[in-house]
Amino acid sequence: MYRYDKYDQAIVDARVAEFRDQAARRLAGKITEDQFKPLRLKNGLYLQLHAYMLRVAIPYGTLDSRQMHMLAHIARKYDRGYGHFTTRQNIQYNWIKLEEAADILAELATVEMHAIQTSGESIRNLSSDQYAGATADEIADPRPWAELIRQATTFHPEFSYLPRKFKIAVTAANEDRAAIRLHDIGLKLVRNEAGEEGFEVYIGGGMGRTPFVAPLIRPFLPADHLFSYIEAALRVWNRNGRRDNIHKQRIKILVHDLGQEEFTRQVEAEWQEILKNGSDVPRAEFDRIAAYFAPPPFETGLSEEVDRSDPDFALWLDQNVKAHKAPGYAIVNISLKPVGGIPGDASADQIDLMADLAKQYSFDELRVTHAQNIVLPHVRKADLHTVWQALHDAGLAEANLDLISDIIACPGLDYCSLANARSIPVAQKIATRFADLGRQRELGELKLKISGCINACGHHHAGHIGILGVDRKGTENYQLLLGGSGAEDASLGKITGPGFSEDGIVEAVERVTDKYLEVRENGERFLDTYRRVGFEPFKEAIYG
Amino acid sequence: MADELTAGGGEALRFRTDEAPEEPVVTLDAFLASQSDASAVRLEAGEDARKLIPHLGTIALIEVDFPRFRDGRGYSAGRILREAGYEGELRAAGDVLVDQIDFMRRCGFDSFAPDAPIDPATMQASIERYAFHYQSDAIGSVPVWKLRHG
Amino acid sequence: MKLLTGNDLPSGAVIWWTGSGWSRHVEDAADVGDNGEAILQAESGARRVNGGYVIDASETPEGPRPAHIKDRIRALGPTVRADLTLKPADPEAGSWVI
Repeated sequence: MYRYDKYDQAIVDARVAEFRDQAARRLAGKITEDQFKPLRLKNGLYLQLHAYMLRVAIPYGTLDSRQMHMLAHIARKYDRGYGHFTTRQNIQYNWIKLEEAADILAELATVEMHAIQTSGESIRNLSSDQYAGATADEIADPRPWAELIRQATTFHPEFSYLPRKFKIAVTAANEDRAAIRLHDIGLKLVRNEAGEEGFEVYIGGGMGRTPFVAPLIRPFLPADHLFSYIEAALRVWNRNGRRDNIHKQRIKILVHDLGQEEFTRQVEAEWQEILKNGSDVPRAEFDRIAAYFAPPPFETGLSEEVDRSDPDFALWLDQNVKAHKAPGYAIVNISLKPVGGIPGDASADQIDLMADLAKQYSFDELRVTHAQNIVLPHVRKADLHTVWQALHDAGLAEANLDLISDIIACPGLDYCSLANARSIPVAQKIATRFADLGRQRELGELKLKISGCINACGHHHAGHIGILGVDRKGTENYQLLLGGSGAEDASLGKITGPGFSEDGIVEAVERVTDKYLEVRENGERFLDTYRRVGFEPFKEAIYG
Repeated sequence: MADELTAGGGEALRFRTDEAPEEPVVTLDAFLASQSDASAVRLEAGEDARKLIPHLGTIALIEVDFPRFRDGRGYSAGRILREAGYEGELRAAGDVLVDQIDFMRRCGFDSFAPDAPIDPATMQASIERYAFHYQSDAIGSVPVWKLRHG
Repeated sequence: MKLLTGNDLPSGAVIWWTGSGWSRHVEDAADVGDNGEAILQAESGARRVNGGYVIDASETPEGPRPAHIKDRIRALGPTVRADLTLKPADPEAGSWVI
């Protein structure tokens, strides 16, 4: 993975000093909260329901054990002993003090970490495929491009006061594990007929109040022009995006208002202008970055055999472990969704354990997934049982990857001042209702996603089953959506009808899954059954 | 960065050694309609800087409005004008805060007319804070990738 | 009744106006009547509160009870982590919120 050189380190160190100065000025009253807010947001520091919340960047979800140990240390020293992994592959701490925030950033900087642009109207953390570099189905590792763009969009002088936040995702496989079409810019690395690398460029996706699946703006962008093209799209939006209504300022609104054709025309025209600047990053720099992502020294001649005699281990093996491109290796998914637990949360001890396992068994690398789980990307098959045993002892071996209890949930009203309803208790109740693993496996792949408000941080629009918490005359109420997908078959969920109470939504979900079992054919996934039979049979089952 | 610096507070902060133009600024509409001999023009946040490109040789001052500090349209206007070869004074006016000056300078702004006073010491510290930049910009910063490879 | 609440600037902790100062405990909150905005302006200016606002609450034997569940969650802590609330040892605390 990428390692800072003296320039990267100097920039991050300067940023810490800058924020320390800005925070001091705020505490001394030299700037108002209104002036300070964008500055602290540019360092991932929110004023939240219980305290300040700090969102630390985990670039494209990749980190090593040293960094993971630092995250555990931050949780213990500055927070309350745990962290929350997010749907953008970052980590959040909920109990932060402003007066300690600069110290936290200083400690993070010692391990090449930061909280730069993780919030506010900034270009946010680039997200990517959690199996990058380990999966056989990618044409190349997309992460060097993510790193290149991360640097090029850090403290970009023209794009630091954008109309709204801006989220970029990049993948390199046909299976989309990063929901690229639900991002402001989604990039898929491809090869053209001449064998040259380039990107399919999707612009204008997003969830929230006005969800859109991004249209394909450019079918093939030569890879070396990735940055200049992104600059062109950003400039068109920065100049023309609305500034009058915070709910209408994302680039997706501009794409929709102009229409795909006109938006594309403007971006292409702006791109021709920007190309004259020569701002593209040269191939030599890409190669320098890419060298950090060379495959680790995989052993050869390893056994493919795995002893399945332990039944609990076998269940976990079947559900959470995925094929690796290197013979004798496997990709391990660590579920942070223990039934009845808080989705995406991990204690400092658990974080330390995962760090140790990565160092010993996964070439010192971990990934955070946008489904709020953790991946050990390169584990020898021979070590799987040992890894599983350690995870099991730490409460990290729930064998539920992509099953109904592998719920994506935002923090909701328990933590977030933007929320209208609590999301975590709903997740807990649903997971508990479906706790039986046999029942979950019977239901198969079923991606359930819960958001506590319309901002959709829980990705409810992209859930096979989605739940949206609303405030109905001062009481929490939950709407049910069906048929969303964040994968390459991207679609937006459809609201079923009137909402439910907290207990009512659990019953409604069960009626949906019962209906699915009743009408499915040929081992179809829930999503496929829904798409085949349509909305009406499910609506009937839910409301009678 | 030798340049003249005067304290803030309604007065302009300038990073130029030439004389500040004294002519009043005219609006873009007026400039284009009937006053294209004016040498000082004001661009509102939503106006198209490219309309001035045919006239850059005769303009000495372009003032770009920042109506609210969160409104970042002016940064693009500045960069577009410098990319087009404009060499006159480029002024950021309005809700301009000290923590934005460095970004604005890198977009080509070389004078500032903030609504509220700016502390010169804070401004100086923020301009000198970052020795390195990841991107090229309007003031000739050498992007880090170029430092790496020569 | 009307309560004035916000966050402590340096620490971020949830605080409640008591009539003479700020407390982390909603039981200490005072009825600000119509004076909430005026008090808020003075206290914000002096940096004794950040992000403050006025809320409705009802008087109860246990003390003021914020009208909206969000502020009750702010008053106590997350409903899903009793150990992180202001009353970790009180098994009834959660039902006061909900």
